[in-house]
Amino acid sequence: MTDTTLVAEHPLLERFPEGVTPDERKGYEGFIVAADRLVEFATALRDEFGYDYLSSVTGVDYLPDGKMEVVYHAYKSTGGGALVFKVQVPRENPVVPSLVSVYPGADFQEREAWDLLGIRFEGHPNLKRILMWEGFAGHPLRKDWKEAYFEEEKKPFGSRWPGGAVHRAEDENPFGKNVVYPPDFDPEKWTPVGDEALYAGLREFKKDDDLKTEQVVVNLGPQHPSTHGVFRMVVTLDGETVVRLEPVMGYLHRNHEKIGERNTYLMNIPFTDRLDYLSSMSNNWGYVQAVEKLLGDKIQVPERAEYLRVIMAEFTRIVNHIFAIGTLLNDLGAYFTPMLYALEERELILDIFEAVSGSRMMCNYFRFGGVARDLPPGVYEKMRDLVFERLPRKIDELDRYLTENEVVRARCEGVGVLTPEEAIAFSAAGPVLRASGVPYDVRRADPYGIYDRFEFDVAVRYHGDVYDRYLIRLDEIRQSIRILQQALDQLPEGDVIFGSPKYSMRVPAGEAYGRVEGPKGELGFYVVSDGSANPWRYHVRAPSFINLTALSRMCEGDKVADAIIILGSIDIVLGETDR
Amino acid sequence: MYGKGILKGLGVTLKHFVETYVDDFRRGRKRYGTREGVEYRSSKDVSGLFTVQYPEEQLIIPEEFRFVPFLVYDEGENGEREIRCTSCGICAKVCPPQCIWIHRSEDPKTGRPVPEPAEFYIDIDVCMNCGLCAEFCPFDAIIMDHDFELAVYDRHSNNIYDKEKLLKPASYYQKIRPRNYAAQEKIRQEKAAKKAARARK
Repeated sequence: MTDTTLVAEHPLLERFPEGVTPDERKGYEGFIVAADRLVEFATALRDEFGYDYLSSVTGVDYLPDGKMEVVYHAYKSTGGGALVFKVQVPRENPVVPSLVSVYPGADFQEREAWDLLGIRFEGHPNLKRILMWEGFAGHPLRKDWKEAYFEEEKKPFGSRWPGGAVHRAEDENPFGKNVVYPPDFDPEKWTPVGDEALYAGLREFKKDDDLKTEQVVVNLGPQHPSTHGVFRMVVTLDGETVVRLEPVMGYLHRNHEKIGERNTYLMNIPFTDRLDYLSSMSNNWGYVQAVEKLLGDKIQVPERAEYLRVIMAEFTRIVNHIFAIGTLLNDLGAYFTPMLYALEERELILDIFEAVSGSRMMCNYFRFGGVARDLPPGVYEKMRDLVFERLPRKIDELDRYLTENEVVRARCEGVGVLTPEEAIAFSAAGPVLRASGVPYDVRRADPYGIYDRFEFDVAVRYHGDVYDRYLIRLDEIRQSIRILQQALDQLPEGDVIFGSPKYSMRVPAGEAYGRVEGPKGELGFYVVSDGSANPWRYHVRAPSFINLTALSRMCEGDKVADAIIILGSIDIVLGETDR
Repeated sequence: MYGKGILKGLGVTLKHFVETYVDDFRRGRKRYGTREGVEYRSSKDVSGLFTVQYPEEQLIIPEEFRFVPFLVYDEGENGEREIRCTSCGICAKVCPPQCIWIHRSEDPKTGRPVPEPAEFYIDIDVCMNCGLCAEFCPFDAIIMDHDFELAVYDRHSNNIYDKEKLLKPASYYQKIRPRNYAAQEKIRQEKAAKKAARARK
């Protein structure tokens, strides 16, 4: 939370005497900007005040006040806290100027806010639905939108107890009756809006060219093994060269945020596991951090729990990166051998997760004010064995195995280049950002937990190509091992959770943005509380979603086969991309 | 020299390949099909083949492993079942996908609630195995199971578990989770002793 006096005297208010006011609601921070001054404000913020990195854009539906609010979180790429600014517009006709011209990284996030909340961004170059399809009626994150079978506004549902009569949701919600189409929409006659434009390339000729070439549109995915899930890339090709690429996503969309708003605070923790299902521990941490910020001094995390959190998060990073390297090599055509070598180490770490949390992937281990349980006997020794003995040896082996391989280098070097300026502008995060020469790591730039106590380097590489994105993951694994060695040596005794755990709690009204450096990049959770037992707004800033904004820039001019490995080097998980 | 990197990499693959045979030879028959062998294959020292041949072999399940809850009953002296659940409803309230239904018993004469469930259902199609119900149960009456082999041909007639299907004896609980059981039993006994002491006063 920023100090209110600081906000009141902020030089921004002097720069903009009109149209910018501090947000004075209790528990809120930042500034409220008039819609007509927004672009000017953002440009000044970027160019004069150094807030060049727009982390998160999202909307909040304040139904009782009849308002829609768009919330922006901007950071300096040199480190430090957030500058939050908001735009409020009437709910009936929410129109906000688009910031894509100032921060290109807002592209997908604005499209998401349009799709899910119906906020229109004036001046957006391609404002169409991104997660839902055109045959979807309404905007599902609006508070007055109800799903086809709607039991109750909020959980827990009254029908479960004390007179619990069992029923199946699918019986109440039979197939065929669970779909509502927009008025004048006939699924039989429908052709997707924009598909005409997607395939227009087929008829495009370069008239002034001597060689008559024809452009071809190729759909990579949604059912394609190299897309790591159900993800589609519409690629316009000239010969083998990518002219244009458009990512199409949302096949795995389940309205995670609406589910989260109907859940109680505690219920959300296991749901966050299912976002980026390869790194559930980091997801837990991001969410728990946001809620702990809302709770403020009411809750203090014990020392031992802080250490356990770091240990689990760093193990998660190793699991994720080693797996990302394995799948990247799969995409390159090194069929499965590197992947399986990577899986061996991953498996040993998952054994530890299973022993501690009860599940290999859906860990559900973090709680507000600590972690769910202490380490069972024998696990500490197992972790030490891995961290001090096996993992360093195996990472070196992986390095020896792949790094100097001429085929890997020929395929990866100079492919999919993203310059540092572009990386910042596109709000790229995590390994993608750092491989482009921007040493930005939330653990250092805006430390959380107890990361300020550990000695580690922020890995950075300077070419911004696929090869560097591979190398940076090896570097980061080595740094994680370094952190783990320190954390395991220093692990204190004591409680692992603050007070006695409660299954229902009230959270003071206000907003909080918790962000952690997840393995895939900056993972943020924006939570708004209205003081009740369920969050009013729950938004996930998903790194694999936002990193895709830069995909088309990275692919243009490269070969179609390279598009596959460029996607592999971004390392997306569709559970998180589509939410 | 061009190709040196590839050769170096192939050296690693060759090492793995040779190790498979060396390790099989060194460990002999005990390497496969025994608990010891599975334990070795999930330890830090493993080299060679890594895979576990399910279903002939199974990974060793740690105590904290959780999969679909069950209800605990204590065996009384005459073999009657003393269900621990008091139908307080905390598990149904905390359940994230809301897959628990409890029908509370009522005294037929007075109409007042009796601390025992009349019906208890869990839709295991919906259950996400998060373990929150077991974590927050104040009576240690609902516990996460270790049995994960639940495949059936018809989920509609099989996958809503009723009270009968959910009930398992405390001895089973003790078998799958000895450490948790001992810790909870200690607390229960302390509570009972306190209660008895208070009753004597």
